[in-house]
Amino acid sequence: MKVLVPVKRVVDYNVKVRVKADETDVDLANVKMSMNPFDEIAVEEAVRLKEKGIVSEVVAVSCGPAACQDTLRSAMAMGADRGILVESDGELQPLAVAKLLKAVCEKEGPSLLICGKQAIDDDSNQTGQMLAALMDWPQATFASKVELAADKVTVTREIDGGLETLAMALPAVVTTDLRLNEPRYATLPNIMKAKKKPLDTIAADTLGVDIAPRLKTIKVSEPPKRAGGVKVADVADLLNKLRNEAKVI
Amino acid sequence: MSTYIPPVRDMHFVMNELAGLEAVTQLPGYEESSPDLVEAIMDEAGKFASGVIDPINPVGDRQGCTWKDGEVTAADGYKEAYKLFVETGWNAMPCATEFGGQGLPTLVSTAVQEMWKSASISFALCPMLTTGAIEAIAHHGSDELKNTYLPKMVEGVWTGTMNLTEPQAGSDLSAVRSKAIPQGDGTYRISGTKIFITWGEHDMAENIIHLVLARLPDAPPGVKGISLFVAPKYLVNADGSLGARNDLICASIEHKMGIHGSATAVMSFGENDGAIGYLVGEANKGLGYMFTMMNHARLNVGLEGVGVSERSYQHALAYARDRVQGAPIGDKSGVAKPIVHHPDVRRMLMDMKSRTEAMRALAYWVAAQMDHAHHNPDSAKAREAQAMVDFLTPVVKGWCTESSVEITSTGIQIHGGMGFIEETGACQYMRDSRITPIYEGTTAIQANDLVGRKLAKDKDEDGNSGVGAAALTARIRATVNEIARDGKLGDIGEQLGAALDQFEKATQWMLANYDSNPQAALAGAVPYLFLTGIVTGGWLMARAAQIAQQHLDNASGDDFYKSKLITARYFAAHQLPKAAGYATEVTEGSASVLALEESLF
Repeated sequence: MKVLVPVKRVVDYNVKVRVKADETDVDLANVKMSMNPFDEIAVEEAVRLKEKGIVSEVVAVSCGPAACQDTLRSAMAMGADRGILVESDGELQPLAVAKLLKAVCEKEGPSLLICGKQAIDDDSNQTGQMLAALMDWPQATFASKVELAADKVTVTREIDGGLETLAMALPAVVTTDLRLNEPRYATLPNIMKAKKKPLDTIAADTLGVDIAPRLKTIKVSEPPKRAGGVKVADVADLLNKLRNEAKVI
Repeated sequence: MSTYIPPVRDMHFVMNELAGLEAVTQLPGYEESSPDLVEAIMDEAGKFASGVIDPINPVGDRQGCTWKDGEVTAADGYKEAYKLFVETGWNAMPCATEFGGQGLPTLVSTAVQEMWKSASISFALCPMLTTGAIEAIAHHGSDELKNTYLPKMVEGVWTGTMNLTEPQAGSDLSAVRSKAIPQGDGTYRISGTKIFITWGEHDMAENIIHLVLARLPDAPPGVKGISLFVAPKYLVNADGSLGARNDLICASIEHKMGIHGSATAVMSFGENDGAIGYLVGEANKGLGYMFTMMNHARLNVGLEGVGVSERSYQHALAYARDRVQGAPIGDKSGVAKPIVHHPDVRRMLMDMKSRTEAMRALAYWVAAQMDHAHHNPDSAKAREAQAMVDFLTPVVKGWCTESSVEITSTGIQIHGGMGFIEETGACQYMRDSRITPIYEGTTAIQANDLVGRKLAKDKDEDGNSGVGAAALTARIRATVNEIARDGKLGDIGEQLGAALDQFEKATQWMLANYDSNPQAALAGAVPYLFLTGIVTGGWLMARAAQIAQQHLDNASGDDFYKSKLITARYFAAHQLPKAAGYATEVTEGSASVLALEESLF
């Protein structure tokens, strides 16, 4: 059984991003980039399924510029068997990525696709869902537990007020939540082996899909500074402020 | 608390553009370490350093190790972190491939080890000591010793220690008294007390392999009568399994100023029948064997200075950007701003940043020279590289560690009053740094080595002294001339040229006076070491500036190069002028060091 894991190259979670002076974007020059943490969880889950003997091959896919090769190498250092870079230098929005992944799925024919529920740069939380719709595959998002059998996958997902368990026929899309697992640190021998694993590059424009952005960013700005807090005298005062100042109740 | 973020951009810059990683990876034996592999290694090592090691550093500082009935328990999280360190294969990184290591170039393992040291000197000491013990056995031990101990030590499931110091034998190891009695079956029984044994006892590994200096009954007195032994905590059976507990015990652990996370043990050997030990190499040659590992060990401790300075800088920078206090001078709005906007805080940050970068450049450059010295097939090039390693190793050790004490102190200063408060976390770096100019040879030992063996006694075939110093001078002079020809970076070139003149003056004075008046020479040895550090560090920063300028001229440069250029300018303006002061201490200062009669102190 083959599992496809899309991985995104994003600003490292430790980096405090700053807005560019012209307010067109956050400043990415000279900033450390890493694999999206939710995608690391997806890679980890796929590798664990392989270690359990249920999965035979884990293929990592990344859509973006040539630098995404580093992200694919990280995935391979964690245990993915090979990598596919869908190379594109322009801006890729979730729908474009979903379309590119659809093309890759049609080529690779995986039984399961596991991806992060969202990326920590744009927090869109759309790609997995869009891909499932485009492929007409069942989907289970926000997975906190995945049990894979030969012909179906059972996913426990976190929903408001509890857990929901879904069983889906394969092929299917699963998106990962934080509690699914704790990704491993790559071992040094595996980092060295990852360099020798196959990494194919496909130019995005050869896949025949429209990846033009549909959304226009008007402005990127710093979040407003938090105003200082006040101490309220009693509960009545608090209710009054919530009702009349904050207007939330 | 700040989080450690490995300065990978600067590390890559120094490795690739200053120390010549590409040339190193073309040396026989290193072909696999392509620059893109090195990048992947650095990224993953960085994750491990900031995700696993850095978080336990303050825990180790607060809790320390606990001793009970000879057993030592490391602080919370250390055992788990060490287990993960071993499982992920990092322990094997610098070791030879023969026994399961990865055999990466010293340049690469140096950069990775800087990360471990930044994240926690205490933690990093354990694998560092193991690596030293591995080298001693690998270079001098019998095949049986190698096969019994090295695979597990390379993997890291057994750790290693160095048992050199005794209460009466510190810097002067000729005073070692521990005894080794041959048993007639090829083994020895060792007895004696060893102190300051780093990670001499702990609960993180299955076995601890002690390397012990001791005397045979018929050994000649002094340094020529010291032998080196392997004495494991648990004896190892023929099938490799662990056998009986050896007759050695951790009598206590020390209460220290810093590096609380690592156990500094008093080891008592042979309280009963004598600890069983195995001779490494030949009898009476133990001290010589220890010296063969010295360059690596000293580079490694110098690297602790680099690592802890970087960590302290990151911590201070985060605070300076966060702490709001007063409107900067000239700011008419009168609105208070983060202290990073105040000129003297800027000066302190630049001081920390520029010195740390110069130290990193020097340490990595020497590491690359080590790779060339051992692997370059061109014997003339290998010799040249070895001359640089020999001359500069005591400088990396002495200058980087002494500077780290000042830099981490500045790190506290930037915090103001809060810096003095433990919960801010700035104190630990200064306390941890304070041991580094002391162990693995004090600064004085390094300086004596520098002006004695590495300068005055460093002779060519014709008997001319100071060969390594002259070769270094020629390299630096070439850069000074290049900058002068080029016309750019004149400010840096002038300072570097002036500092180099001072270095030459002091070197000539040393060479002229060492034989006739060694006391006067050694009275100025430490200033000479600092002088060498500043000039060599300043040279590498000037080269960094040249490279940065080139990138900026070709429009291939980003903010990193802009920042590098300014940092090099700062170093040239603020550090290089100190060369004149040190040179004066060397050439004019010895009389006043020695004139005051002992009774008048």
